[in-house]
This record gives sequence, C-alpha cells and structure tokens, in this order.
Amino acid sequence: MLVRLENRGEISKTMVYASPFIAVVLTLIAGVFLFALLGVNPVEAILSFFITPISTLDGFAELFVKGTPLVLIAVGLSFGFQANVWNIGAEGQLTVGALAGGGLALLFFESESLFLLPAMAAAGILGGMAWAAIPAFLKTRYNTNEILTSLMLVYVALLLLSYLIHGPWKDPEGQNFPESRLFPDAGILPVMIETTRMHVGWLFALAAVATGWILIARHVIGFQIRVTGMAPMAASFAGFKEKRIIWITLLMSGGAAGLAGMVEVSGPIQQIVPNISPGYGFTAIIVAFLGRLHPVGVLFAGLLMALTYLGGENAQIEMNLPNAVTGVFQGMLLFFLLAADVLIKYRVKFGGPKTAGAAEGAG
Amino acid sequence: MPEWFIPFLLSVVTASTPFVFAGIGELVVEKSGVLNLGVEGMMIVGAVSAFAAGVTTGSGPLAVFTGAFAGAAMALIFGVLTLYLLSNQVATGLALTLFGLGLSALMGHGMVGKTFPGLPHLEFPLLEQIPVIGPLIGTLLLGHDVLVYFSVVLVIAVGWFLNKSRAGMVLRAVGENHNAAHSIGYPVNLVRLLAVLFGGAMAGLGGAYLSLVHTPLWVENMTAGRGWIALALVVFASWRPARVFVGAYLFGGLTIMQLHAQGLGIEIPPQVLAMAPYLATIVVLVIISRDSALVRLNAPACLGKSFHATG
Amino acid sequence: MTAPRLELKGVTKRYPGVVANNDVDLTVMPGEIHALLGENGAGKSTLVKFIYGVQRADAGWMKWEGREVEIPNPKAARDLGIGMVFQHFSLFDAMTVEENIALGISAELARGDLNSRIKEISASYGLPLEPDRYVHTLSVGERQRIEVVRCLLQSPKLLIMDEPTSVLTPQEVEELFKTLRRLSGEGVSILYISHKLQEIKELCHTATIMRMGEVVDDCDPAEETARSMAEMMMGKNLVSPERPEGIETGAPRLVVRNLTMESSDQHGVDLHGISFEVRSGEILGIAGIAGNGQTELLDALSGQVPVDDDDSIIIGGKTVGGAGPVERRAAGLSFVPEERLGHGAVPEMTLWENAFLSGATRKDLVKSGFIQIKKSSRYASEIVEKFKVKTPGVLNAAGSLSGGNLQKFIFGREILQDPSVIVVLQPTWGVDAGSAAAIRQSLLDLAAGGAAVLVISQDLEELFEVADQIAVICQGRLSRSWPPDEITVDEIGLLMAGVEADPRGAAHNGEAEGHAG
Repeated sequence: MLVRLENRGEISKTMVYASPFIAVVLTLIAGVFLFALLGVNPVEAILSFFITPISTLDGFAELFVKGTPLVLIAVGLSFGFQANVWNIGAEGQLTVGALAGGGLALLFFESESLFLLPAMAAAGILGGMAWAAIPAFLKTRYNTNEILTSLMLVYVALLLLSYLIHGPWKDPEGQNFPESRLFPDAGILPVMIETTRMHVGWLFALAAVATGWILIARHVIGFQIRVTGMAPMAASFAGFKEKRIIWITLLMSGGAAGLAGMVEVSGPIQQIVPNISPGYGFTAIIVAFLGRLHPVGVLFAGLLMALTYLGGENAQIEMNLPNAVTGVFQGMLLFFLLAADVLIKYRVKFGGPKTAGAAEGAG
Repeated sequence: MPEWFIPFLLSVVTASTPFVFAGIGELVVEKSGVLNLGVEGMMIVGAVSAFAAGVTTGSGPLAVFTGAFAGAAMALIFGVLTLYLLSNQVATGLALTLFGLGLSALMGHGMVGKTFPGLPHLEFPLLEQIPVIGPLIGTLLLGHDVLVYFSVVLVIAVGWFLNKSRAGMVLRAVGENHNAAHSIGYPVNLVRLLAVLFGGAMAGLGGAYLSLVHTPLWVENMTAGRGWIALALVVFASWRPARVFVGAYLFGGLTIMQLHAQGLGIEIPPQVLAMAPYLATIVVLVIISRDSALVRLNAPACLGKSFHATG
Repeated sequence: MTAPRLELKGVTKRYPGVVANNDVDLTVMPGEIHALLGENGAGKSTLVKFIYGVQRADAGWMKWEGREVEIPNPKAARDLGIGMVFQHFSLFDAMTVEENIALGISAELARGDLNSRIKEISASYGLPLEPDRYVHTLSVGERQRIEVVRCLLQSPKLLIMDEPTSVLTPQEVEELFKTLRRLSGEGVSILYISHKLQEIKELCHTATIMRMGEVVDDCDPAEETARSMAEMMMGKNLVSPERPEGIETGAPRLVVRNLTMESSDQHGVDLHGISFEVRSGEILGIAGIAGNGQTELLDALSGQVPVDDDDSIIIGGKTVGGAGPVERRAAGLSFVPEERLGHGAVPEMTLWENAFLSGATRKDLVKSGFIQIKKSSRYASEIVEKFKVKTPGVLNAAGSLSGGNLQKFIFGREILQDPSVIVVLQPTWGVDAGSAAAIRQSLLDLAAGGAAVLVISQDLEELFEVADQIAVICQGRLSRSWPPDEITVDEIGLLMAGVEADPRGAAHNGEAEGHAG
C-alpha cells in the first residue's frame, strides 16, 4: 500500500477553507469530461454554463433571485447540521411556507394594505416552523429519526400543494389551469433593481446571514449548537438540553425555509403554481456543506449554486443540453467536497511502512 | 370474491417487490455498521439504467443485470468516500441521492415515452384450472415474473447468511464492534465495502423492477420516495430479514390500496389518498422507535460510525 | 539451553510526534511468566500489538522459537500459537459466548461441536462459562473468561495478557493467577502487561520495565521491592502527596438520601437506595469495579441525568435532585467525568471555549445571552498558569494537549470555580505520574480549603492515599464507609465482589435485600 492516511492530530484550518475550492476545481474538470461524453464542445459548454448566464445585468440579477431561497434555507439548515440534527425536509417546509404566506395573499386578494407583506412573511415563517415542528416533536417525544420523518413530509407537503391548486385554491377565472389567481400588488415583493427580477427578498437572505453569523460566533445558543454537534456528552456535561437544541434548530431551519417559500411565491412567481421550487430545499443541503456550515460561507456557496441553476437553463436554450445537467453538477460538487474534506483531519502519506491497520484504514 | 380482487393482489406483489429488494439490501449494509441514506439515488439510477439497457437491447436479463450493476456502481462511490476517505455517512448518503436523481434525469433524457415489454413470467396452466381456488392460488403463488421468486429466495438466503454462516457472523461482528473485529484480525472496511456493494446492487435491482415491470416506463423521479421508505422498513423490521419482507408487502399493499380506493369511488381527493404511504411510514416509525431501548438493542451498535485503524 | 520462545530485537515504532517504541529488546522463555511493566503511555500496548500482528513496526525483528518470523495479521499470530487477551475486550455484546469464541479462532477450529469443547476447556481450567449466554448479560469477570477460553482453545504457546486485572476483584485476580500458574507449568509462556507492582511480584518470573517507549531495565521481581520497581518505572523518586494536618471537618455539604435511579443505558446499572454525606473538608472515596454504577452515580450527582426525587440530593443545603448541571453549579457543585475527550472537554474547541463550557455560570461569562470572549480567555489563561498546563496558548484546541495536561486543565477549570462540593470520577486514569500527583494534591488542597470532595475511583492505592473515608459500590448499591486505617484491601475486595462478608457486620446502609451476585 503506497498511499495512506495519517491523522493530523488536530483540524487543519487551511484545509477547512481550501477544500471547497478544491471541490469546485475538481467539479469543473469532471464537467469537462461530462460534456465531452455528452458530445458537446466542453469549453463552449462550460462558458455557456458558468459565464454567459451572468454576463448581462438581467442575468446577474437573476443570480440573486435564485440565490435568495438557497441562502435563506442553507443558513437555517447549517445550524441543524452543526448540531447533528438532520432536517432534510426543507423542500416541504418551503412549500408549506409558500402556502401559508401565499394563502394570506389569496385570502385578501383585494387588499392594498401595507401590512399584507409583513403578515405574509410572518405566515410563511410560521408555516415552515409548523411543518418542521412535526419531526421535532416526534424526535423529542418518540425518538423518531428526523431524517426520515422530515423527508416523508416533503411528499405530503407537495401533495397538499397539488390538492389545493387543483381544488379550493384554483383560480376561478383561470380556465381550469391548476394555478391560483395572481397575488394583489400589496402582496408582491418590491423589485430592487428596475427592469430586473431582483427583489427585496435578497435583503432577507442577507439579514439571515448576519443574524446567523452573530448567533453562531457570539451567542450562547450558537455555542450550545456547536458543542452538541461536536461532543454530545460534553453538551450534557455543560448542562445543555439536547431536546431544546433539537427544537431550536428544527424551528430555525423550518422558519427560514418557510420564509424562502413565501419569498418565492410573492417575488418571482406571484401566484401559487404546481412547481414552486426546482428543488431549492434539497440543493440548500449542498449549499450548507459547501459553505462550511457557516453563514458567510453559505452566502457565497448559495450564489455559486444559483449559478448552476442559471447555467442549466442557459445550456438548455443555447446548446440543447438537458436541464438535468444541473443536478449532476450539484451532486458531483458535494461528492468532491466530501472527498476533499478528508484532508482536514488527515494528511496523505506516500510510501512508508505497510501496516495492517493503515492498509485497512486507507485502502 | 369481487372481480377486482385478483388484479389487486397481483398489483400488490409488483408494488411490494421493489421494497423487498431495496430493503433487504439496506439491511445487510446496516448490519455491517454502515448507514447508506442513498438508497433512493441508487434505486433511481438502477431504474433508468435497466430501462435504457432493456429498450436498447430488448433483453430482459441484461436489463435486470444492468440495473443491479448501476446500483452497485453508485454504492461504490459511497463506499470509497465513507470507508476510505472517512466522510460523514449521513452527508454522503444524501449526496448520493441528490446525485442519483440528477444523473438519472440526464441519462433518461431520451427515454421518456418509450416502453419495455416486461419480464418473462413462470406459467403453471394446469394448477390455475382448478375451480374456485385455482385462480386465487394461481394469483398468489404462481405466474409471477422471475424476479418475484428471486426476491423470496433472496430474503431466505440473506436470513441464512446472517444467522448461520461464518461470513455472516463476521459481518454482524463488524457492525457490532469494529474495534474488536479489527483487533481479532478481520478486515473491517473490506467487509463493509462488500456489504455496501451488495446493498447498492439490490437497490439497483429494486429500481430495475420499477421501471421494467411495475410501471413499465421511465418517468423522472419515478421512485417517488420508495428508497426512503425502504430505509424506514429496515427500522420497522428491527433488522430482521423476514420482517423486511412482511413490511415490504404492507407498504406495497398500501400504495396499491390508495390507487384502488380511487377506482372504488371513495370520495377523497386523490392527493390526500396519495399521502397515505408517506404518512404510514411516519406512523410506523413512531411506533417502532417509541421504545428507544428496544431500538438500541436491535440496531447494530456501530451503525453510522466510521472506522479508521490507527496504524 | 532451550531456545527462547519469543525474541524481539531493536523494535521501533513511530507515530506522528511520538516514538512509541524505541529499539526495544525482549526475550521470553518457554513456561516463563514475563512481566512487561510500565506506566500508561510507556509503549507496552504498542509492543504487544506488534507481536500479535495488529500493527507493524518501523524497524526491528522478531524470532519465534529460534526462527525469524513476520506476523502480518492476528490470524498469522494465532497460527504460530500466540493468543491475546485484550485490555478492552474484543467482544461483541449482542452475540453469544459461542459466537464470540468462534469469531476469535480459525474457521477450521470453529467447526464441529464447539459448544461442548468450550464447556470442556472451561471446566478443566476452572473458568465456568455458558456458551449460549449473550455477552451483554455477563459480568466483566465472565467476559474476561471468554477471552481466556478463546485463547486456550487454540492451545497457545504464548499468551499475552494486557492489564488483565484492572477490572477484577482481588479474589478474581487470585483465581486468574491460579490458571496462569497452571498454564506456565504446562509450558505456556505468558507475557503479562501491568503497572500493578504487587501483582507482578506475586506472579511473574521476570520483568521488563519500559519508560517512554524504551526498555530501561530487566529484573527479577522477587528480588525487588515495589518501591524500587516503581522508581525504575517512573524514573524518579516518588513524591507522595502531602496531606495537610489538622483539618476540621464541618457541616455536611453534599447529602445523598436514598438515591434510586434506573439506568438509561440498556447495559447500564441501576442505582438502589444510595445514601451518604460528605462534610466540608472531607474526602470520601468510593471504590468499585468498573461498571457497577459509578458512571450512573456521577450522572445522577452532576444532574446530567436528573432524578425523580428532588430531596434525594442536597448540595449546600439546597435540594437539587430534579435540577440539571447548570442549577447544581449555581448551588456550588463542580464535577469531572471520567472521559476527558468528548465529555469533560470538546477536543475540537479551543481552551478558552472549553473554559467557558463549564465556567459560564459560576464565572459569570455570559452577558445577556452573548459570550464574553475576553473574560473567558482570561479565565482560561489563569487555569493554564496556576495549574502549569503545558500549551502554547488558550487559542489551541483541547485535543492538542496530552492526557495529563488536559486533565490538569479540566481540574483547574473546576477548582478555580471555587466549588463547595466537587465530584470526580477516575481522576488520574491514563494520566502520567507527575500530573496524577499534582491532581491528587489539588484535591487534598481543595478539601483543606473547606470543600466537600467525592472521589470515585477503581484505583485502590489512590483512594488509600487521599480519602478520609472509603465506601464501596457494587451493582448499584453503596456500602457504609470506613476510615482507610480501619479496613483492609482484602475486605474492600470482598465488598467489591458483592460478597456479603462484611467483617464488621455493618449493614449496607440498612439495605434489607441481599446482593444478586
């Protein structure tokens, strides 16, 4: 065995930050091969995927439109992931948030009140929280695995959405399309840059990043979350209550995802449609890891992931590539990241003595 | 016996078989101490690969084999990352699912709308001619495609392997206490890699069954959470093969029941009925995990923990 | 003269930042009981892992019965006739005794009627075992028997025993020694790893003493005193902690009344009607074999697992049975768990963050929900300085400290909070002699300053050194307590084994029911 892993003894700070960049570079290299395999010119495809989409103001603004829900959700998720609370049902919480916030707009569809938007945002947050409260309750009360329950609830939420827009919420003047009526102007998020779709939702995302940063770096809650994730016994030693951490992290991530859902329907979509999200709730999982579970990292990772969405759409139009390439890119990125992360705790050694242990550990 | 009854039972068998494959595969993986949350991803890549192979070659066996192989190939990524690069099993499993969903959509881009004739069935014409009970026996036990029988054999074989064979004992030992297994001299990560590959092949097979027999069509996201339900099945079964089989048929029955309920004119919106399998999964999980001591007693003690020998 | 059974020459093994074995020579003769003596971290375990094929060395060679051999894995070692009983047993809780034994021997040997062969061997060597029992239902002593029987089934020529007595009662130790002497008489060599000097004097023919990865001496234990071997082992004249004179014990600070608790762990031990009190200025020691409720007792006393009856625990006059660790700290409690990494400290976090971990309440390190980083860092620096913790600074991760240094940091963190009651579990487990002495001294000083100190430890020497009163815990029940000069090691041993043979006829805290085992 010529290659083996050797424990560094402690965490390499350099590698913590270098690893995402290594992953991005490896993904691009793999992308070149992928495009070649699909029979298109790799250079052209990479340009069309990563450069062209943001070469115009419209396109650049679109980066923030797509980045908003990703950053919002991922900031929330990263709290849970740090505490080893695996909420993977953000897509469902987003959907319920969109239904709660959007439902309010539909209920008051003639409203011109300035309070409608704040009320919608609050409803979106509460909706997402309520949906996340189910796995939190089941985990704290019945010890039920939150991964599976939160995920099952995604399917339930999507079916609920489908039921509502095929039934009670269908636009009465909409020729039987499964869509709600359009929101009133008072229920639509204002645009930040004229002529583009970039709306004030981005400010919510920035606010979430700032709040998250303060919480995780300075606040006792953030400290408790980190200790719980790194050493659960030490958390118990300190007197932190595990159940409380589970509730806090699930409610925070659920609320953030719910707000993201409200932002989507009241920003770019402006009504309730069958497909509110192209999988933001799942992609945000990648964003959270890529951003090192840190709010500031999430900010950049979210924009990068937004770019893969835009790239997918653009490559579909320009080069007739299937939109699914986006998903493959996102998956590869996470794989490479997880692989590169081994360097945080271990260093690679070449040669050296062969030992039964190392042969097994490093294969 | 109402006339819908026999087709109902038949469709239960087809709906349950993918759960049997994916569930029994994950059971072996978890017995070795590894938690692979990527079942959904391996399953859907298995589904699209098998379908593509079937449509291009027209060969059923080749299609099935391709599905299993594709599932194992996906599992290999997971195995290398978690066992040798020591990545977090939860995160890597999620990555496998996300990647699998994307990859399958890409692979199946040109497959939408095509069909596959299905797998050969075993026929027993004489038995089915017995009056009254003939058709019932015929439906329940005979006349299925070969994979259904294989799934039954598989459950028995895995049960035997785990409890009666020395290799199975080693696999359980590795999942129970990897440090002890290592110090006695067993290759912990190799055993785990083999288990992971087997789990991947079985998930791929489950996916292949979906796209070749159950639908038989390729539709994006066609697994629709079945891989996740298979994961829940393993917990439901308290890591016992026979119970995975029972659980698979319970869930298979449930998914079919909601389709038939619509046919029977029950006045519930279809979307609400379609929630049934997912809600049932949650309910079952709650019932099983309520007694945390019991779960801990049955679950492999090293489930989800990475092993790195200090050499 | 016969050839040595085992001969090692120049064995060297390096780990990142530490040389575990440096140029080690060792010779074991047939039928010889050979002690490998050294402190924790002296390199004994590394050396036997090499002999047993668990890991390879960087340099050196090994001869087996005069022939040079290379042992790539434990199976090869077993094929040669080497058996090993691990300190942390290599057993599988959820499997039967028979399965456990089958896993540890070759496939050929496991074939056939293993069940009756197990019974045969265990009967003939006086090591009773039931092959169909599940391991998690067995006591620690019984578990060790599985490992021994597993080795004996392979008719070994060399038996390696890594700290076999650390989990046994003195009486069980006697039984084990009988078996070992008999094996030695049959020509089996035994490599006996320990740091317990008395045992080595009693059992072993030869001793090789290791310090910091090197062999420092060979000796005949019968001709040495325990003290002379200890000095060879530690490389300096021993300092016993000074017990301050004339300490007046005051009012009870920690009072426990009929504490009963079900263990949350499937394999754990329930606590039954435990009662005791510790006065100001007093040190109470609780002896016992691992796994008799010590962890559960610490959990209950610290509030990590609150108990139903609020009145069953009183700290500084306040009933706190139902309270968590934060409230108990506020009432004056400090506590140190057994496991340093991951329980008493977060290895990935910096020292100042670890200082904050338990110091937040009593050191007032939180201001309206926010961490006071500067104040926490000053606190951490104070610990480092006063307790002579070797570290570049408080921004270093706790995991980068050596075991002894980290334990000093943890003790410093708790002691500087000026507790009125402190509860510690295994305070010097796996700590170098220097740090251990410092830690024991700090406990004595703390008591001298008026605190009530409770030390739960498996190390009887330690308890006799520091405690004013000694009690014994067995299967979740606590005996009454005695001053150290009124009870012998043998008597404590019987109590540890749960034998109802209290020499002075004292009841176990009025417990009417007898012990199960």
